[in-house]
Amino acid sequence: MERIVLPEIENLHQLDVYIQNQGYEAAKKAFSQTPDEIIDQVKKSGLRGRGGAAFSAGLKWSFMPKTTNKPKYLCINGDESEPGSFKDRQIFEFNPHQLIEGILITCYAIGAKVAYIYIRGEYHKWIKLMQKAVDDAYAAGYIGEKMKEKFSNEFACDIYIHKGAGAYICGEESSLMNSIEGQRGYPRIKPPFPAQNGLWGCPTTINNVETITNVPAIINKGWEWFSKIGEPKHPGTILYGISGHVNKPGVYELPSGTLLTDLIYKYAGGVPGNKKVLCVIPGGSSMPPIRGDQIEGVKMDAESLKAVGSAIGTAGVMVMDEDTDLVKVLARISKFYHHESCGQCTPCREGTGWLEKILNRLVRGEGSSSDLDLLISVANNIEGNTICALGEAAAWPVKFMVTRFRDYFEARVKKQVTLSVSNKVHSMRQTAIPLADVSK
Amino acid sequence: MEFKFTEENIQKINSVLVKYPTKKAAVMPVLYIAQEQNGWISLEVMKEVASILEITEEEVLGVVTFYTMYHQKPMGKYHIQVCTNVSCMLRGAYPIYDKVREKFGINNGDVTADQKFSLEEVECMGSCGTAPMIAVNEDFYENLTLEKAEEILESFKNRN
Repeated sequence: MERIVLPEIENLHQLDVYIQNQGYEAAKKAFSQTPDEIIDQVKKSGLRGRGGAAFSAGLKWSFMPKTTNKPKYLCINGDESEPGSFKDRQIFEFNPHQLIEGILITCYAIGAKVAYIYIRGEYHKWIKLMQKAVDDAYAAGYIGEKMKEKFSNEFACDIYIHKGAGAYICGEESSLMNSIEGQRGYPRIKPPFPAQNGLWGCPTTINNVETITNVPAIINKGWEWFSKIGEPKHPGTILYGISGHVNKPGVYELPSGTLLTDLIYKYAGGVPGNKKVLCVIPGGSSMPPIRGDQIEGVKMDAESLKAVGSAIGTAGVMVMDEDTDLVKVLARISKFYHHESCGQCTPCREGTGWLEKILNRLVRGEGSSSDLDLLISVANNIEGNTICALGEAAAWPVKFMVTRFRDYFEARVKKQVTLSVSNKVHSMRQTAIPLADVSK
Repeated sequence: MEFKFTEENIQKINSVLVKYPTKKAAVMPVLYIAQEQNGWISLEVMKEVASILEITEEEVLGVVTFYTMYHQKPMGKYHIQVCTNVSCMLRGAYPIYDKVREKFGINNGDVTADQKFSLEEVECMGSCGTAPMIAVNEDFYENLTLEKAEEILESFKNRN
């Protein structure tokens, strides 16, 4: 399988190597067409956002107003702070010029003159690597005013890197814009959507790093080619980040619709100690977890995961083996969302704290069965009652883990040592092995 | 203590300002420059940043207190960050975190008496595939075992 976003080419991060491998040819090709033609091709390719919502990229671009007196902006979301996600980091490190080329094409298609790449502040090294690529591209005339000469076209744009400062919420698109504007990263109420009212009140498009890195390949090889890779409704390759209890964690670029069991056993080398899989979170910590006995036959794409009651998110797959204490895991997840809630909406600000408190009580062994219902009730009261999706992100793991592993949580609350959940554990082995002592 | 940017940093700020249509938008990068110079963001730093960017001191304070990477007190020379989020947790982050606390006798947010080390339990750092990890200042140390983590901490202990 050919890799699109992270091709196996040594030193591809270097400008000269990138150019030797058809680098910036797609931009040249794109600039000879009209912006509408580019948007049309991206729409037809079926490219969907890789940042979490899996929304059609071409459709998003088409929302940008054609006639406006205001400047237009492009924001590239490289905040990547969702636990379990570590894919954009690979692009910054190994293929930054393809991202830059994607940005040039996108700016041309939507009519933006300035693009900001928002990179999370903790990525010190990757910010430097990305900055180096941007500087090199500027010096060689691929970005900025010199582009006009380089590409023999009237179009030119600037690309700037904006460094975040440790706030998960800034991965939410409207918070990201507030952060670039120099404010607290508070999400904005929508509508108006960014295409109407984005950065400094101007039309703005926000796309994920991986999404945009796909664009040059689509222009080079054609939308038909792209649309035939993987699942028809969510075509292309996906950077799957696998972490947790697997032998070979890492980022694997594979077609959409790759089997979850293939990811775990074929690519990530299975579970250490040949243990069984108790739980998988398929798309970053905010996505509904799947039970071990549900993972057989599950395909990794937006539609298939929706069908099993979860979502693709950032395709950050977290695998937990049979000995994992799910109560502790859920408590840690809730601690994260409590910490990262921006505090604007009461249900989220207070609710995430309550979830954490109740789960900590369970961890200490002081909880009761009624706490499980309380957790679901609090989660239900957060979900749908907040400005942004952090509410859902905090509520879903709790709601779905408690309901899908109800017997596990009941047994944990009752301090039962032997948990009869072997039927909920996925194994390549035939023998059922009981869970470890959870009374520890 | 009064705070003024160095001449070199004033130049840096000027090169940042051209990237944004408003001065206010430069507050985050300017705060980073200030933090690099001063080590942390004091009230005097905030006042100076506000005056340079022609915004209110409250606006600067709002930004400083919202984002966790701006330090509101002096941190250690070596700022140790340990990720304990799920992917790291599953691969042994908590024993490493406990080891740091034990080794330096400090808790989350504390600084050692000699100002050499400070500790922060951080949220996901994007090292899930190379978990567990610790970061010391700007450098990531990944794929750790408890032994490797100890080795790294020891090497910093021996550094000046």
